[in-house]
Amino acid sequence: MMKMTLTSSGLILAALGGAAFAQEEPELVINGEIPITTRAEAPASVEGALPEVISGWEFRSPETQSLEEDDFENPGMIFVDDARAQFDTAMGPDDQACSSCHDTPEDLAGARAVYPKWDEEHGEVQTLEMQVNECLTERMSTDAWEYTSNDMTNMMALLASVSRGMPVNVAIDGPAQSTWEQGKDIYYTRYGQLELACANCHEDNYGNMLRADHLSQGQINGFPAYRLKNAQLNSVHDRFKGCIRDTRAETFEPGSPEFIALELYVASRGNGLSVEGPSVRN
Amino acid sequence: MTHLTRLLAGVALSLSTTAHAADAPAPSDVTYDEYGAVDASLTGEPGDPAEGAKILADRSLGNCVTCHQVSDLADVPFQGEVGPALDGVADRWTEADLRGIVANAKQTFPGTIMPAFYKSDGYIRPGDAFTGAAAEGPLDPLLSAQQIEDVVAYLMTLKES
Ligand code: HEC
Ligand code: HEC
Ligand code: HEC
Repeated sequence: MMKMTLTSSGLILAALGGAAFAQEEPELVINGEIPITTRAEAPASVEGALPEVISGWEFRSPETQSLEEDDFENPGMIFVDDARAQFDTAMGPDDQACSSCHDTPEDLAGARAVYPKWDEEHGEVQTLEMQVNECLTERMSTDAWEYTSNDMTNMMALLASVSRGMPVNVAIDGPAQSTWEQGKDIYYTRYGQLELACANCHEDNYGNMLRADHLSQGQINGFPAYRLKNAQLNSVHDRFKGCIRDTRAETFEPGSPEFIALELYVASRGNGLSVEGPSVRN
Repeated sequence: MTHLTRLLAGVALSLSTTAHAADAPAPSDVTYDEYGAVDASLTGEPGDPAEGAKILADRSLGNCVTCHQVSDLADVPFQGEVGPALDGVADRWTEADLRGIVANAKQTFPGTIMPAFYKSDGYIRPGDAFTGAAAEGPLDPLLSAQQIEDVVAYLMTLKES
């Protein structure tokens, strides 16, 4: 009887929703000790385009959300362990490991939060992947990792995990500004035969269902993301590629100047959210 | 033998599609009025509402339910909410309006997120369907002229009053 009244009258539902059924904002705390900011005041980079910025975590089901609350439940952490082993593995002609110079991954805490960032020496915006490849090729005299290879994406998961809880804070002014502008242009360009821009889905329609998908703001603070759908760790540029492909467009390549610029721009839209990777998504 | 029959059926099919295509205006030749409506049928033949319903639901065709809810298609799971529900759409729009909206909604709603289904050029980085690779040569519109008419015929059945 009660149930019938509730479901048949939206009015009553709405009234109750305000009081008895008021939903607590879900709060993400990892391992009971790392609080994650999943909603933040809109940063300057979004210039009134969004009222607030929201992590993709908020748009997932309670079951998927809970997988991220405990590292033992988070399948992405398996790849973090792989990268920890890699971090101590000697590579190249001089038998150097990452740990030869950086001691522990924790020494690199904070890096994830500020990349992509301008690199003075190379005179370009560098992603964290490019920085790692710089260490591999210029400091260890060995081969670069493929941009979205397992080695690279696992290392991204490790570097994200040691920065979890820190606010994303990429710089968009100074020498990085023109790259940021380029990324912004890409974000608002309607690609492909479906003529859809990132903004059409992630700015104009976040919170809405697109067929079976609950659209988020398309933030990257949670990357790399372990996706239940393909049961693997997914890099930022692979996600960009998938989203552009879904507009029936010719995509850009991971590691391309276009995706580097887009990454800087999208990262800046999440300034203020916590680094959350490796996240769990569907 | 079976092979040959199939082959022949295939030929017959493609011949008849070509015949239709020849009659239908090219996407760039369709005339929209100032409100975005298209008066004349694209094929001169009536659309088939049953086919139209399939096109709305099918991921590889119109996939309209990605964005729109349609109560009449209640058995199709996961209907989206990016666009308005299409219930009663024939009460709100004329057949010519609906033809224009389905063929190129941007003529009716400037800047809309809704893709143009009868358009074949003017894209930025057009792809080869959902492969992510560049399109090879000219693209077909997302729906054929007859499919547009089928969709319009179906939408005309969505009346509430
Ligand atoms: C031979 C020394 C050496 C080795 C080996 C080395 N690095 Fe580095 N790494 C450096 C130096 C020096 C810097 C600072 C460069 C700069 O600021 O531009 C750096 C910077 C970094 C940064 C950016 C830190 C920041 O806060 O901006 C990351 C991330 C990083 N290294 C990861 C790695 C990884 C992963 C490996 C192994 C695959 C590795 N490094 C191997 C010397 C090394
Ligand atoms: C046709 C709609 C559509 C377009 C256009 C689109 N996306 Fe997405 N995107 C999705 C869907 C659906 C998902 C999965 C659900 C979600 O997280 O929003 C997604 C997820 C993402 C995610 C993962 C978010 C997370 O927290 O895991 C990122 C990042 C993203 N998109 C970025 C982009 C960028 C950048 C563009 C433009 C280059 C873009 N998207 C264009 C539909 C789209
Ligand atoms: C990517 C999203 C999307 C897809 C796919 C889509 N539409 Fe739409 N449609 C919209 C939006 C949004 C509107 C509202 C117009 C506006 O203000 O932009 C709309 C408006 C309409 C309208 C007018 C509705 C009204 O009540 O005013 C009709 C009819 C319509 N769409 C039919 C279709 C059909 C048929 C298909 C598939 C062949 C389709 N749409 C595919 C997003 C979409």
